[in-house]
Amino acid sequence: MMDLSSISPILLIASIMVSATPILLAAIGEMVVEKSGVLNLGVEGMMITGAVVGFALAVNTGSAVTGFAAAACASAALALVFGVLTQVTLSNQVATGLGLTLAGLGLSALIGKPYEGMKSPTLPKLDIPVLGDLPVLGRMLFAHDAMVYLSLLLVLAVWAFLKFTRAGLILRAVGESHHSAHALGYKVVVVRLCAIVFGGACAGLGGAYLSLVRVPQWTEGMTAGAGWIALAIVVFASWRAGRVLIGAYLFGGVTVLQLNLQAAGAGVPVALLSASPYVVTIIVLVVISARGVHGAPASLGRPFHASR
Amino acid sequence: MIRLEKRPQPSQAWTLATPVLAVGATMIAGGILFAVLGADPLVAIRTIFWDPLFNPQFAGFTRPQLLVKAAPLILIAIGLSIGFRAGVWNIGAEGQYIMGAVCGAAAGLALYPSESVLVFPLMILAGALGGWAWAMIPAVLKVRFGTNEILVSLMLVYVAENVLASVSSGLLRNPEGRGFPGSRNFRNWEAAHNAELIPGTGMHWGVVAAFIAVILAYVLMARHIQGFNIRLTGEAPRAARFAGVSPARIVLVCLGTAGLLAGLAGLFEVTGPAGQISIDFNSGYGFTAIIVAFLGRLHPVGILLAGLLMALTYIGGELAQLMLGLPGASIQLFQGMLLFFLLAMDVFTNYRLRLGRAEVA
Repeated sequence: MMDLSSISPILLIASIMVSATPILLAAIGEMVVEKSGVLNLGVEGMMITGAVVGFALAVNTGSAVTGFAAAACASAALALVFGVLTQVTLSNQVATGLGLTLAGLGLSALIGKPYEGMKSPTLPKLDIPVLGDLPVLGRMLFAHDAMVYLSLLLVLAVWAFLKFTRAGLILRAVGESHHSAHALGYKVVVVRLCAIVFGGACAGLGGAYLSLVRVPQWTEGMTAGAGWIALAIVVFASWRAGRVLIGAYLFGGVTVLQLNLQAAGAGVPVALLSASPYVVTIIVLVVISARGVHGAPASLGRPFHASR
Repeated sequence: MIRLEKRPQPSQAWTLATPVLAVGATMIAGGILFAVLGADPLVAIRTIFWDPLFNPQFAGFTRPQLLVKAAPLILIAIGLSIGFRAGVWNIGAEGQYIMGAVCGAAAGLALYPSESVLVFPLMILAGALGGWAWAMIPAVLKVRFGTNEILVSLMLVYVAENVLASVSSGLLRNPEGRGFPGSRNFRNWEAAHNAELIPGTGMHWGVVAAFIAVILAYVLMARHIQGFNIRLTGEAPRAARFAGVSPARIVLVCLGTAGLLAGLAGLFEVTGPAGQISIDFNSGYGFTAIIVAFLGRLHPVGILLAGLLMALTYIGGELAQLMLGLPGASIQLFQGMLLFFLLAMDVFTNYRLRLGRAEVA
C-alpha cells in the first residue's frame, strides 16, 4: 500500500531546491553561451568532468570549496577546447559538442576510478540568523548550503548582466547578428570564447554539486543526462534567466517526487518512475515547440568567419 | 599573421588526409596519456593497434572479434551518416539499438521453444521495427511540432535504458534462471541464435547486414535521387525547398533509416555476441558510432574503414587492460580525442591558411 503521508512537504521543497541546483547552474551557464550565438552540446561532458575533478580535489585537500573551484577551472578548460575548435578552427558546433561529451565521459571515468566508494568532505549547511529560525520556512528555504544561494544569485546576476550592462548588450548583439557586431568593431570570437568559458565553469560547479553535495559520492556516469536536461531547460526557458530558474526547479520537483514515490512504494513500476524526468522533459519540449520556439538568438549555432 | 581563407570547394585531398592525420595525432596524444598512466607508450600503441591483428599468440582469438565489434558500429554509423548529411541530428542511436534488441528478443521469446526456421527472420523484422518505431518518436515530434530532435532522441536513450532494466528483470526474464535478471540465452536455442556463419572469422548475420548496408547506402547517396535530395537538404535547405524536396519527408526517412539499422544492430548483438537481454548488454555502440560516422567522413566506404578501426581500438583496449593494466576508460577517452583531432583538422578541408597581413582593399 502506498503511504503518501511519509512524504513531508517541508522536506520535499527543501530537497527540490537541492536537486534543482546542479541543473540550474549548468543551464544558466549554457544560456549565456547560447545568448552569444554558440550551441555547446558538451554540457554533459563538462558537468561530469566537474563532478569528478571536484570530488577528487575535495577528497585530497579535505576542502569542498577547493573542490568546487577546481571543478569550475577544469570544466572551463574543457570548454575552452570546444571554444578554440569551434571559434578558431571553425569546426561544426554540434559535432564538437558531442565530441566534448564523449571525451568528458571517458576522461571522468579514467580520473574517477580510484575514488569510487570514497567519502568526501561536503558543504556545511549555512546557519542564517533570524530567517533560519522561522517556523516552517526556516527549514524549507533557509537551511541550505552556500551553493544553493550562490546559484540563485548567479541567475540574478546573469539576468542583470544581460539586461542592464553594456557588456551584456554586446554579448546579445553578437548572438543575434555576428556580422553586424563585427562590423561595429566588436570582437565576436573573443566575446564568444568568454561566454563559452563561463558556461563551462558553471557546468563544472553543477557537476561538483552533484558529487559533493547532492549524492554525495563519485560513481561513473553519475550525471545521467543532467547536462542534456540543462540544455532542454534553456529551450524551455526561451533563453530567459528567470524562466531557467522555473524550469530547473520544476525539473528538480519531478526528480524528487519520483524518488519519494519510489520510496513510498507507489503502485507504479519503478522503471516508469525513473524514466519520468526524461519523459517529462520530452513532453515539455513538445509543448514549448508546439507553441513555437521564441527568443532563440538569431545566430545560434552558426559559424562565424570574418571574410572580407 | 596567419589567417584563414575559405575555399570555394572543400578540398578533396584534405577530406581524405584528415582522418589519417587525426589517427596519427591521437596516437601521439594517446601515447602521452599512456605514459602518464605509467605504461610504455610504444608498447601500449602496439598492443592496441598491432597485437590484436598480428600477434602470433592471441591474434587467432582477437582477429574474429574485429568483425563482431565492427558490425554494429558500421550498421549504426551508416544510418546516422545519412541523417547527418541532411542536418538531421539523431544522437539517440543507443536507445534505438536497445529497443531493437528488446523488441526482436521479445518477438522471439514469445515463440519459445519453436524450432521453426521462421523464428530468426521474424526476430530480425521485429528488431528493425522496434528501432524504427523508437526513432519515429523524435521524427514525428520534429515534423509535427518542430521539436528539437537532438534533445528528444537523447532523452529517449535514458527511457530505453529504463525499459531495458525493467524487461530484463521482469517481462523477458528467464523463467528458468532462478530469479536472476536476464533473458533466456539465445546461444542455447538454435532457431534464434545468430551463430557464426564461417567458423573462426567472426562472420555472423550482423556482419552480412553491415556490408549490405554499406553497399545500399553508397548507391543511395551517390546514384539515387533521394540521396541527392538528402545531401541538398543538408547543404542548401532553401534550395532544396525550392526544388520541391519536402523537409518533413527527409526527416522521417533519415531518422527512420537510422532507427531501423540501429534496431537491426541491437537484434544481431543480443542474439549473437551478447547472447541474452541483460541490463548491460549494450556497450555504448550507439554513441561510439557517432565518432565512426564522422571519422568515415559520412561516406559509406569511409565508415566501413572507420568502423573496423574503432573496433580495433575496442579489442586493443581490452588487450591493453589485460596485458598492461591500462584502465578501460582510457580507451573511451582515446576515442573521444580522435573525434576532437578530426574536427580540428577539418579546418584545412574548408579553409586555406594564408600567411601575411590582409591587404586593405
